[in-house]
Amino acid sequence: MMHNLTIKQMSEKLRAGEFTSVQLTQHYLDRIDQYDAELNAYITVTPELAISMAEEADRIIAAGEAELLTGIPVAHKDIFCTDGVKTSCASKMLDNFIAPYDANVVSLLKKVGMPILGKTNMDEFAMGSSSESSYYGPTKNPWDHKAVPGGSSGGAAAVIAAGLAPMATGTDTGGSIRQPAAFCGITGIKPTYGAVSRFGIIAYASSFDQAGPMTRSAEDSAWMLNAMAGFDERDSTSLERETPDYTAELDRSLKGLKVGVPAEYFGEGLDPEVSNIVKAAIDEVKKLGAEVVEVHLPNKALAVPSYYVLAPAEASSNLSRFDGVRFGYRCEQPKDLEDLYKRSRSEGFGEEVKRRIMVGAYALSAGYYDAYYLKAQKLRRMVRDDFIKAFESCDVIMGPVAPTTAFNIGEKSDDQVSMYLSDLYTIPVNLAGLPALSVPAGFAQERPVGLHIVGPYFSEAKLLNIGHQFQQVTDWHTKMPAQYQ
Amino acid sequence: MSLGKTEVKYISRLTQIDVREEAVEGVAEKLSNILELFAQMEAADTKDVLPMAHPLDAVQRLRVDVVTEVDQHEKLQAIAPAVAEAHYLVPQVIE
Repeated sequence: MMHNLTIKQMSEKLRAGEFTSVQLTQHYLDRIDQYDAELNAYITVTPELAISMAEEADRIIAAGEAELLTGIPVAHKDIFCTDGVKTSCASKMLDNFIAPYDANVVSLLKKVGMPILGKTNMDEFAMGSSSESSYYGPTKNPWDHKAVPGGSSGGAAAVIAAGLAPMATGTDTGGSIRQPAAFCGITGIKPTYGAVSRFGIIAYASSFDQAGPMTRSAEDSAWMLNAMAGFDERDSTSLERETPDYTAELDRSLKGLKVGVPAEYFGEGLDPEVSNIVKAAIDEVKKLGAEVVEVHLPNKALAVPSYYVLAPAEASSNLSRFDGVRFGYRCEQPKDLEDLYKRSRSEGFGEEVKRRIMVGAYALSAGYYDAYYLKAQKLRRMVRDDFIKAFESCDVIMGPVAPTTAFNIGEKSDDQVSMYLSDLYTIPVNLAGLPALSVPAGFAQERPVGLHIVGPYFSEAKLLNIGHQFQQVTDWHTKMPAQYQ
Repeated sequence: MSLGKTEVKYISRLTQIDVREEAVEGVAEKLSNILELFAQMEAADTKDVLPMAHPLDAVQRLRVDVVTEVDQHEKLQAIAPAVAEAHYLVPQVIE
């Protein structure tokens, strides 16, 4: 079946004329038709756009001008502005928003000829870890429909796991690529902050937001990251450096690799089965020639409170643009300007988004700025410095992505703080702006578990190399839920 | 630290988010729970630590001072809730 091929295999078959991009795209559209009513992983499906882009890709392939990804369809998280297509960020606020331009990532992937299948479901404004806060209802985990797919890029992870797209874009502010990748048994990488342009990505917390690929394997992610990354002058925090070939190191041996394992990652709160699976995965990497050393991240516990001050503070400023005046939702019959602002915002935003805006504004308000915002920024430095010190004695750090497997839909939706605390392994990486990969490592209670691999700045090619080598000796990334095979 | 009604009303004004009278108490409780999480930061000694705004300590890149945006108000205003003569319409502010 076409949806079981790797990206490289798909590309070879497209170029050899074994099938066309239109046939490949139609195959995924048919699967979406068949399965998505139940999964709810897409907010918008764009069949006409997809087929017309696939026809164009077929012309490029026929002319012998194809790049590796030409003709392979992609699903975009509904946070990426897509010209002429509804871009809702899973919010009532943007339910009527047809983006008037393309995000940089969208235009880069259009340029290489990747047909757009649609826009994937997510937590509203990317604020969540379960994709339950979407205005369009929760996405289900393809491995178990009772479970969440993780979040905020839960729709993206679910479409990859169920074979409803071969590649998907995601964004990761506090773990939003890696945690859903782990919960759905797929591969996802958050690149170094600034490696992929944020232009046209609806902003949540700008000093953390970073886009990345979500795919079946590390090799697929490397190909996709090659097409997504690069300097963009329209993003003021885009890094001006040459973009490496992220596939260049895939086949390198792991002999002599020093893997740091922080004792703090395997303490209280980590599900024992998840712990065993992650340890077994690290042993597998050891068998490939790596050496394991103990490292310490003593300020790990400070990362979650620090993040939940800083990210909402940035959100309170970023989301002030939604005022009911220029685009998006406007309340009915406003009686004056203040009523227009207040009712448009209270009716347009969901509960969690309002909570984060409120708590963020409070942390920035007179009298609390030093105690909350400034303090959190200091802790951010301490968390980052811990990583820099740890990387003096190892090449990468390995551990769990999340303390448990996917929890049940509804299980944590009334307890925000417990939901926040489940991000304890992913958040420190965002505070430090480091790249990190999640690869499937096994199953606990029949739900997928991910291995988290964190590297120094700009080590994406190394992380993908480790992921790829791990996937040469394991087959977790090839597994699909029975009903979607 | 727990928040009362006065603080919730103050935050509602700061953020221009309406909180209905009957919801104030619930909102206060949820926000207070989050502030309890923030309180965990107090224990950390940050005396000689500088605040960090950017993970790579990068500074804002400046661009050449030239016009880069073209006029596309028709396209951008096509998605606005209310427009007249290339202006956004809002309820009357000045009598």
